[in-house]
Amino acid sequence: MREIHINEIVSAIEKLFIDANYNLSDNVFDALNKAVEKEISPVGKEVIKELIINANLAREEHIPICQDTGLAVTFMEIGQDVHIVGGSLADAVAEGVRRGYKSGYLRKSCCDPFTRKNTGDNTPPILHTKIVSGDKVKIVALPKGGGSENYGEVRMLVPSQGKDGIKSFVLDMVTKGGPNPCPPIIVGVGIGGNFETSALLSKEALMVPLGERSNDPAIAAFELEILDEINKTGIGPQGYGGTVTAMDVHIKMMPCHIASLPAAVNIQCHAHRIKEITI
Amino acid sequence: MEIKRITTPLEDSVIEGLKAGQKVFLSGFIYTARDAAHKRFIDALEKGEKLPLDIKRQIIYYCGPSPARPGRVIGACGPTTSSRMDAYAPRLASLGLKGMIGKGKRSQAVKDAIKEHKAIYFGATGGAGALLSKSVTSCEVIAYEELGPEAVRRLEVKDMPLFVINDIYGNDLYETGTQHYKK
Repeated sequence: MREIHINEIVSAIEKLFIDANYNLSDNVFDALNKAVEKEISPVGKEVIKELIINANLAREEHIPICQDTGLAVTFMEIGQDVHIVGGSLADAVAEGVRRGYKSGYLRKSCCDPFTRKNTGDNTPPILHTKIVSGDKVKIVALPKGGGSENYGEVRMLVPSQGKDGIKSFVLDMVTKGGPNPCPPIIVGVGIGGNFETSALLSKEALMVPLGERSNDPAIAAFELEILDEINKTGIGPQGYGGTVTAMDVHIKMMPCHIASLPAAVNIQCHAHRIKEITI
Repeated sequence: MEIKRITTPLEDSVIEGLKAGQKVFLSGFIYTARDAAHKRFIDALEKGEKLPLDIKRQIIYYCGPSPARPGRVIGACGPTTSSRMDAYAPRLASLGLKGMIGKGKRSQAVKDAIKEHKAIYFGATGGAGALLSKSVTSCEVIAYEELGPEAVRRLEVKDMPLFVINDIYGNDLYETGTQHYKK
């Protein structure tokens, strides 16, 4: 049994959320550089150029990429041979978020659903844990803004709707969002499982690096087919019109009930902030 | 792209010259307000009280910045989604508000108010919070400090990059732009 002290978790979470909010990953930065080449609308090109300058400024001058530094979505894969010591894991994650959002000058965007009173420290985080084999802990920080998250949905489709049903669901969400989720967007699609796992799969799909395809050739082709359809909508960067509405579409899938076809769409803005560490 | 330079307070003659799709650099004073501040504005008006700022000929920026580091004017300060302020915007336009800066589509009622009261709606690039912070030269909380990021701030901006989205002629960049590139 390998022991990991919670202090190590606290400090890793603090650093990850700061890093994610200031330093756009090379993967997303490259995708923006490809998008500016691909975009044919002059206004659209101008917008993507602003986004590239923005990412550079954020990194060099330590200004958050976006003021909406998100809810602190945290995924953890915990090896079954790891023993977390020194306190509660959930408390450690929350403490890391609390510290990161304070010392990193990140905006606290978490509030009571009805009174709208801010919790003041961006806690509680949204924590997803999975027990895996091995003696390591992998942590992924995915600070997620409200503008894009507002255009997510779960739909329990009928099996006969099949791929066409999924495609029109995705296109419906993308056109409904239009400019609001800050295109060029990234689309996560979760298919199968049940009601709640489809939603989780759609968020996990956002963690796949841009440009990477599903291992299943049929699904990989389906991802590209949906991406192509999205980019025909004309919405474009910031919704000002153009040919790059989405930078990528990722699908995560698992078997489902014989009576169901659960599907979820989770949209991510161009400011796709994601950082991970393995302890 | 060609860039048009404009300053606040916004005169009608300037608004008349703005067309959807144009890029502008804005300089002068603007005021931040988002969900909670707008609700308070309208509550104050309902009670017959005065607003904490004189909005005549002014511009409201739908923005809740991240905290400023010591020695800095402001943190990241990109726009938030404007549609959440649609319920309040026509009333403010009728009281003389001339400009709104945000991101995303507006309701028909807001577009009608823009035409009726000769106002203008600009888009700031969502998610470009670092870039936009570079055009802010001063920042002062002038009301509702307890709302934190949602407090009303007076910002002085220089060459803030914006696009005209809804103009007084009924043009809407979101509609025309999307239509133009739709396949």
